[in-house]
Amino acid sequence: MSEILVLVEQVDGEVKKVTLELLTLARSLGTPAAVWAGPGITAEAKAKLAEYGADTIYVAGAEDIVGYVVAPKAELLAQLVAAKSPAAVLVAATAEGKEVAGRLAVKTDSGVITDAVGLGEGFVAEQSIFGGGVNVHSKVSRGTPIVAVRPNSTAPEASAGAGTEEEVSVTLSDSAKSARVVERVKQEKGARPELTEAAIVVSGGRGVGSAENFSVIEGLADALGAAVGASRAATDAGWYPHQFQVGQTGKTVSPQLYIAAGISGAIQHRAGMQTAKTIVAINKDPEAPIFELADYGVVGDLHQVVPQLADEVNKRK
Amino acid sequence: MNIVVCVKQVPDTATERKLRSEDNTLDRDAVDGVVNELDEYAVEEALKLKEAHGGEVTVLTMGPGKATETIRKALAMGADKAVHLFDDGLRGSDALGTSYAMAQALKQIGFDLVILGSESTDARTGVLPAMLAERLGTPQLTLANKVDVDGSSITVQRLTDYGYDKVEATLPAVVSVVEKINEPRYPSFKGIMAAKKKPVQTLAIADAGIDAAQVGLDASWSQVVDFAAAPPRAAGTIAKDEGDGGVKVADFLAAKKFI
Repeated sequence: MSEILVLVEQVDGEVKKVTLELLTLARSLGTPAAVWAGPGITAEAKAKLAEYGADTIYVAGAEDIVGYVVAPKAELLAQLVAAKSPAAVLVAATAEGKEVAGRLAVKTDSGVITDAVGLGEGFVAEQSIFGGGVNVHSKVSRGTPIVAVRPNSTAPEASAGAGTEEEVSVTLSDSAKSARVVERVKQEKGARPELTEAAIVVSGGRGVGSAENFSVIEGLADALGAAVGASRAATDAGWYPHQFQVGQTGKTVSPQLYIAAGISGAIQHRAGMQTAKTIVAINKDPEAPIFELADYGVVGDLHQVVPQLADEVNKRK
Repeated sequence: MNIVVCVKQVPDTATERKLRSEDNTLDRDAVDGVVNELDEYAVEEALKLKEAHGGEVTVLTMGPGKATETIRKALAMGADKAVHLFDDGLRGSDALGTSYAMAQALKQIGFDLVILGSESTDARTGVLPAMLAERLGTPQLTLANKVDVDGSSITVQRLTDYGYDKVEATLPAVVSVVEKINEPRYPSFKGIMAAKKKPVQTLAIADAGIDAAQVGLDASWSQVVDFAAAPPRAAGTIAKDEGDGGVKVADFLAAKKFI
């Protein structure tokens, strides 16, 4: 079977869950080959990639690959596409993953599909558009299919691959080295999972009422091991930092479980969470549109319901 | 400084957006067009940079005839002039075709800095700024929530999952900005009146040196195979809180094996 390149997403040498999902997906369509871009691969990371089916692990360990914005990763993948003629290239549909996909598409004169929530035979991708109102199947018709797949699109399943390591040296062009990263600033975010990757997201909206009251949302999130999100009404009011906004102009999440507390569910918010597998809504207003999406809803005051729920979750652990 | 700010007219999110069954493309005629919200931040950033460093702000848009409404809005905010890339042959272009056509137009216009919103609210691919940087061979300074220009050097804060990267480059460059980088100004009455007199140049495919075989629906690198309205979610259970709302949700989560 032909090779499918999967660009590895990692944090401090640890492979992110979305990469395991992509390897699982790639296995159903061909032979997965992981591409590690940058220094810092560990024995644990290699073992993890092999465990989830990577037949080959291409390692491009040069510091320069992460020293400049996006372009070096696209050049690395373009060189692998030229050398290995893979059947497709999969990346995570994160902001940066999509940028890598875009540049790679230009370099290899190939089509690109972003935010796929499923990928089937012939690399036909499924996308959910217009705020979740329309489902689309699309496919690449020129070049090597490049597909950016949303986190949580598939459940990662282990199935060992050979994990044969192959070192790759990349010749970077001058233009790939034109936007230099001079400093990386890590902002404290505690132990919570990353919003776009989290299996469970608990979001608060206008009904939360104040910045202090977001501790109620955080309490439930921590009981569930979830990420915290916020509606635009809440971030605009300054109650929660803007980078946690879920919605059309913020992050798009596709978790297993999405709990919306005090969020009415305007189309702009739905655009960011409608592909969640299970949706729970808590809102005072029985007419709130969020209840149309909810698998389970409670009409009530979130300040009563959410702390009680957090207590129950902690009790039943 | 010669700044080009790229804007897109998108369907109003509040209206019902549809694909055309004939060719699976967005039906732009059926809906009200508005300025892509994230592009308003790009226009504001361009105006602020002009105010600080001098120069000129040119608006570039690619779209149908009615996209002139979007151009006028950007001009009313304070941009100096506009270029409208408008040709039936461009209709249905995907991101690759669009980035190619826009890059050709940008080469013709000339620029020190290109600024875009980080994505459009209709297609939401978020790939165009990176593609433009690739096609133009200029530094990619995307997802910026802070932009500083000093002579020919430019520094941005690029948002990342863990915080931000400080990125440096030399002009010319392509920048994309994220929501909340600034507070976009409202056009004043004077601005709206002045916008009517500002020059808008229309470029067709041939004017911009675009190869017609590389743009439009037929040339697209990807195709929509089919589409359908999302099946409505099965009606859920809605309960009223009678002092036990949290327990009820916990029961539901337990039944679904989340806890």
